[in-house]
Amino acid sequence: MLRYVFKRIGVGLVTLLALIVVTFLLVHLMPGNPFDIANLTPSNQEEMMHHYGLDRPVTQQLGQYLVNLLHGDFGISFKKSGVSVSELIVEKAPATMRLGGIAFLAALILGTLLGIHMAVTGRDFVRGSILSFTTLGISVPNYVLALILMLVFGVRFKLFPVLGLGTPMHYVLPVTALAVYPLAQIARLVKSSFSEAMQQDYVVMAKAKGIAPGRITMLHVLKNAMIPVITASGPMIAFLLTGSFVVETIFTIPGIGREFVTAVSNRDYTVVMGLTIFIGALIIFCNLIADLLCALIDPRIKLTE
Amino acid sequence: MLKPEEYFDPLPPEDRDTEFIAMESRSFGRNVWDTFSKNRLALIGLICLALVVLTALIGPLLSPYPYDGMDAMARNQGSSAAHLFGTDQMGRDIFTRVLYGTRVSLMVGFASTALNLVIGVLYGGIAGYVGGRTDMIMMRIVDVIYAVPAMIYMILLMLIFGSNVYSVMLGICVNGWVNMARIVRSQVMTLKEQEFAVAAFVIGADRKRILFRHLLLNCLGPVIVTVTLMIPQAIFNEAFLSFIGIGISAPMASLGTLAQDARMLMNVYPMQMVWPVLVICIVIFSLNFIGEGLETALNPRGRRA
Repeated sequence: MLRYVFKRIGVGLVTLLALIVVTFLLVHLMPGNPFDIANLTPSNQEEMMHHYGLDRPVTQQLGQYLVNLLHGDFGISFKKSGVSVSELIVEKAPATMRLGGIAFLAALILGTLLGIHMAVTGRDFVRGSILSFTTLGISVPNYVLALILMLVFGVRFKLFPVLGLGTPMHYVLPVTALAVYPLAQIARLVKSSFSEAMQQDYVVMAKAKGIAPGRITMLHVLKNAMIPVITASGPMIAFLLTGSFVVETIFTIPGIGREFVTAVSNRDYTVVMGLTIFIGALIIFCNLIADLLCALIDPRIKLTE
Repeated sequence: MLKPEEYFDPLPPEDRDTEFIAMESRSFGRNVWDTFSKNRLALIGLICLALVVLTALIGPLLSPYPYDGMDAMARNQGSSAAHLFGTDQMGRDIFTRVLYGTRVSLMVGFASTALNLVIGVLYGGIAGYVGGRTDMIMMRIVDVIYAVPAMIYMILLMLIFGSNVYSVMLGICVNGWVNMARIVRSQVMTLKEQEFAVAAFVIGADRKRILFRHLLLNCLGPVIVTVTLMIPQAIFNEAFLSFIGIGISAPMASLGTLAQDARMLMNVYPMQMVWPVLVICIVIFSLNFIGEGLETALNPRGRRA
């Protein structure tokens, strides 16, 4: 187990390094320089470039950036004077985390319940309608859903507030917009892995031993049926984070996603770079946790690696 | 006394084949179509998609307005005989713009999927067929690409190469092929051990022929299913990029751009947003339903004679 853990952490670190280097080089390729503003003469611009070390070779800049990252320093914003990217992250991350966290939990719990229900119900009508709902869920793009929710429940019927995150009521619409896709996906995954696990020999064995059906479902089957869900939760968190770009923009929520979109349209390269690396690192970390959890639940996994 | 032939009655001609047990011989394509057409949702999806594609191809020829033609006299109009879907805040005919937008979105979807298909099949095929160390290195690369959300790289690439159709396609190709490569690889790995592949080798077919003629052709089923699910993903991604304002730039428009344009006036003229969003939903729904139908139709276990 320990060997697997170390190996997996090693892979994660390599991925992280690749992420940082590629992001840095990509951002470096972007056209224009940050001081290309009307009231700066070319010589002033050069002076500024020199002051911030932007005229040095790329490799040196990259090295410096990596060293700074190790100190938790993501550089400063080019467009918002006096604001560092780290401050920005610390300030904006909590809203995104709360939103994404609630959406993830809702998707996980409701999705699992729906999936189990689909697998064990004998009524075709119920199964069919849940299945259609999940197909709808994975087909509607999240920004479309967010817009529809806002239009119908926020603007037309005024049931929920649509600006910011002031009260718990403010969370309802954005969380729904974020959670529906992962919820539908989890329900489908749970359904297929659950019905597969139901046919395994150990379930028959458990039944023969006279264990209560509820206990079998919850303990024996669910544990094995959850493995694909845990594996899929890494990409799902990635989806929630990128989904936050549009959902936060639409509902005017001061989070990382909205900040990222603003930075992209302002061409604020350091912020784009810092947030990219932050989001990427978060996702790599979640993938790592998911893999380790899987290995913990099903020890066979680490042997096949 | 009965004569020997009088002991028996001759079998009536219609009963002659009662003990002949065999199913009607049907071609593979026929079989797939039969299963597919029994799935009502998939059939509806196919019809809807065909309608949308046809309208997008022919429609612009019939429309009297150019897609960027502005008319200051007719701004923000509702639906009428002259303007089927009304006009936007610049007085452009929304119906025409939606038609052209659908064209752009579909083109991006199909073209980038074609690229992803080629890259993914080749990459996965080679990794699976060659195996060993090559496979391990190739798959580690895939893991690294898979670990980082593609959306972020798409956004970075859009910033470098500018907002146009080609950079959107390039962006989608960053990781669109990864899934395909994984599926093809696992298929090829099992197929290459089977008798027909060994037989081809014994006859003296060279490696290229075995890979392309024998192995990859046998992966067709899963590949087709993956492709039908890749197209909506690509359309979704394009609309996402356009929606956050870095996709396809004016005066060209995709469905995502149209939705974004209409968002500003959402409270006043909600219908301007409904049209493009509706078309996005129809296209993505249809493709998802078709994909699901194909999945059961092409999977031998799902097909019942």
